Amino acid sequence: MSRKVLLIEDEPNITEAIRFLLTREGWVVETHAEGGNAVETILAARPDLVILDVMLPGKSGMDVLRELREHADMKALPVLMLTARGQSRDREMAEKAGVSRFMTKPFSNVEVLTAVRDLYAQASRS
Amino acid sequence: MRDTLTGSRIRERRQISGLKQAQLARQVGISASYLNLIEHNRRRIGGKLLIDIAAALSVEPSVLTQGVEATLIAALREAAADAVGQSAEIDSLDEFAGRFPGWAGVLAQMHRRVVSLERTVETLSDRLTHDPHLAGSMHEVLSTAAAIRSTAAILAEPGELDAEWRDRFHRNLHQDAERLAESSKALVAYLDQSENPGDRRGLPMEEVEAFLDQRGFHLPELEGGEYGDDLVQHGLRSAAARSLVRQVLKQYAQDARVMPLARLREALQADGLDPLKLSARFSVDLSTVLRRLAFLPEGVLPRPAGLAVCDSSGSIILLKHVPGFAMPRHGDACPLWPVFSALNRPLVPVHSRVTLLGRSAAEFECFAIAWPQPVSEFGYEPVYRSVMLVVPPGDDKTRSGAEVQVGASCRICPKTDCAARREPSILSEGF
Repeated sequence: MSRKVLLIEDEPNITEAIRFLLTREGWVVETHAEGGNAVETILAARPDLVILDVMLPGKSGMDVLRELREHADMKALPVLMLTARGQSRDREMAEKAGVSRFMTKPFSNVEVLTAVRDLYAQASRS
Repeated sequence: MRDTLTGSRIRERRQISGLKQAQLARQVGISASYLNLIEHNRRRIGGKLLIDIAAALSVEPSVLTQGVEATLIAALREAAADAVGQSAEIDSLDEFAGRFPGWAGVLAQMHRRVVSLERTVETLSDRLTHDPHLAGSMHEVLSTAAAIRSTAAILAEPGELDAEWRDRFHRNLHQDAERLAESSKALVAYLDQSENPGDRRGLPMEEVEAFLDQRGFHLPELEGGEYGDDLVQHGLRSAAARSLVRQVLKQYAQDARVMPLARLREALQADGLDPLKLSARFSVDLSTVLRRLAFLPEGVLPRPAGLAVCDSSGSIILLKHVPGFAMPRHGDACPLWPVFSALNRPLVPVHSRVTLLGRSAAEFECFAIAWPQPVSEFGYEPVYRSVMLVVPPGDDKTRSGAEVQVGASCRICPKTDCAARREPSILSEGF
């Protein structure tokens, strides 16, 4: 069965590059560019992994993550968070909200791929 | 036509090699100031000296003297060296630049932009948290940089890329480069405005520094040792800033009273910049000397002097910048600066040669001491403040003082194995 990632990012050219990289790795990549209805989109798409930008129009990625974790069946969903802010308090906030991995922009492709592989492998084992 | 940018290439190659100006100058037997003139293309260079410098930098002399092609190849080498998890075919570099000069140029240009953005981040990291406009602008710039980085890395991969994807990525790269140029310009315009000390008035402490900066950190009215409150009635908006300036100026007047300018000038001419000798000569404590030396008229000291004062929580309470010396004001500073390490051993004078890590790799000589604040009752725990005088290294090649490497702040520090690290750096990964 194919693995599905939902990429929630409002920067279209980041979306394009990540979509290319993950599709090449055998992932089915769905994309979404808005925070307001992101939780509903995740619940409907049922992805194996979410890549979530922090600064989104409509609602911040941090709030999306908090709301997502309130759903009992979404507590273990791997979420990789992307942000331009990498200070310790931002990390702490993300960890409290339930992030699986936190990555600062500008990231390298290798970092993204490694994080996605690791998170998926961890989730598959558990 | 003779190429006039050889000096710039020498500077670029030296920085890539991680050599300081003084180190390279020593290796080739010239003074650092002469090398500085060469690097700024103010002295022409050729013959044996060019060959010696090229050898010290491990490059062919032609790399330093040739025009665009050599520069392009050097930029591509730099991009390859910065890459993490992606090894470029260095052996084919000439062939790549020769066959696809346009794309090689794009790659080199993108890498330069990423480097330039890193510098911008370095300058602004501290203010990022405290300025919503700046935070938004930086998010825009970093997101565009992330898109460029990912796209350029895909295009730089060996092997054929499907034509449709390749065209799409080329288009994206072009769009992002345009967008980055625009957002960078807007950011620079914003910062240019904000670089004016008169505009840095968001917090009371910033108002204080703007007040002192406008006066060149020297107030002739206080040199007689008497404080007059009329000084603080103009040019300060907030009551908090007026209160802070009052404290600073009272201290200034006290310091000037015990170290009068005329005698201090003579002492500096006799002994040079030696804070301990000054302390003995004027029978004052070292903290007085260090503060006093930062508030002198231009030209009295042989080198421009910066200053940092912190309280025992490590909060910076007074800053005077000098070129290359920048310290975050809001609590994200590197704890390895002598102003903080002096707090570990109050009343023990600290003298260090500090290298500021990062692309600028500036070097400073620092003198610091922590001294107790007066108490009015018995039984109080002493409360210390620490003061650090910061000066560029002298030309006398006196290499005294412990060597210390510090970063601007953890977020933008390239040092990997640091016991003082509080948070990961965003500069650790490559192109």
